[in-house]
Amino acid sequence: MKSRIILFCLAFLVWVLLTWPVDPQHLAVGIFVCGLAAFITGDMFVKRPHAFKQASRYLWFLYYTPLFIWECIKANIDVAYRVIHPDLPIKPGIIKIKTKLKSDTALTFLANSITLTPGTMSVDIDEDEGILYIHWINVQDQDIRKATEIIAGKFERILARIFE
Amino acid sequence: MNETLGVIFIVIGVGFDFFGCLGLLRLPDVYNRLQAATKCVTLGTCSILFGLILYKGFGPAGIKAVLCIIFLLLTSPVAAHALARGAHKSGVKLCKGSVCDKYEEDKK
Amino acid sequence: MKRLRWLIGLLAITAVLGAILFYPLPSLMEWQSPLLKHCFTVFFLCALFCLWRIARGPTTADRAVAVDILGILILGFCAVLEIPTGRDWYLDIGIAWALQSFISTLALAKYLEGRGFDE
Repeated sequence: MKSRIILFCLAFLVWVLLTWPVDPQHLAVGIFVCGLAAFITGDMFVKRPHAFKQASRYLWFLYYTPLFIWECIKANIDVAYRVIHPDLPIKPGIIKIKTKLKSDTALTFLANSITLTPGTMSVDIDEDEGILYIHWINVQDQDIRKATEIIAGKFERILARIFE
Repeated sequence: MNETLGVIFIVIGVGFDFFGCLGLLRLPDVYNRLQAATKCVTLGTCSILFGLILYKGFGPAGIKAVLCIIFLLLTSPVAAHALARGAHKSGVKLCKGSVCDKYEEDKK
Repeated sequence: MKRLRWLIGLLAITAVLGAILFYPLPSLMEWQSPLLKHCFTVFFLCALFCLWRIARGPTTADRAVAVDILGILILGFCAVLEIPTGRDWYLDIGIAWALQSFISTLALAKYLEGRGFDE
């Protein structure tokens, strides 16, 4: 029941922002639709409602955002350089890394961060053993431990504090 | 002043979109194309939407642009991930100069 | 030979972009709105690249990638289109298009995966 209330609040916030000049008709339709959606799909999205109450998670998330945006900009300049260069300086390959994160949300966010950081893209996840298969456009090291340190070392500790 | 900054951000974003599409044309195989196109086009479009926020201020258009940025940053890596896995499972090989393919080794 | 092809391509792209951006030379006072109108032409060039990849792509996966990228491009196009026309609902079209493109990309990826099991 608690997870349904949280999902309803999130969906209603998105609805109000989408139809911004606040209007009673829009609000009425929004309450009806968000209530229906939260009632039907309530227990699918939010697994652990108590995690929403801890304030330190939000602070770590605020720390994570500028780091992520900076990595994103670096990735773009890197890719633009590789595309313009006449010899196409790429050395692609698929390697695997091992992560300690367990929960679904943390793994999803780790895969998204890896996809948007320089030169790497996640191809598949093995959830039981925590192994990610990564396509790397410029392979520096094929060893599993060093590759983990290079690719996921920065994000893993912060994401463990946010989502675990 | 804000309008000039917004137009500058929009032009930078359009430039990155162009580089992404050029990468889609030039790079040798599916995975490299997916990397270049996803990264450049996603951040380029985010930059265009940020320029729109600076240009219009926090009216209805600005708030919709913020929602668009969050939506884009959440969904576009997921789509890239799904496409890469689908391509690998449907049997697309890596291009000629590749170093290693641990996924292919582990599947057997 | 490779360098020569690269040089010819660079010259062609520079010529096309220069012609797009500077041909009716914008005056110094009113440069913002004409610059945005030139941005549309760059978007058409990007869409042409995507369509070329859809037409020529060696495998089905290439075509799926190009369709996905085209969806995100159209969101950016709608966002730019909003400024010179001054109409707010273009971004709504962009949001709807991006959502639907995301779902169709996931469906295409599922289709690619499933076909591999059958063969």
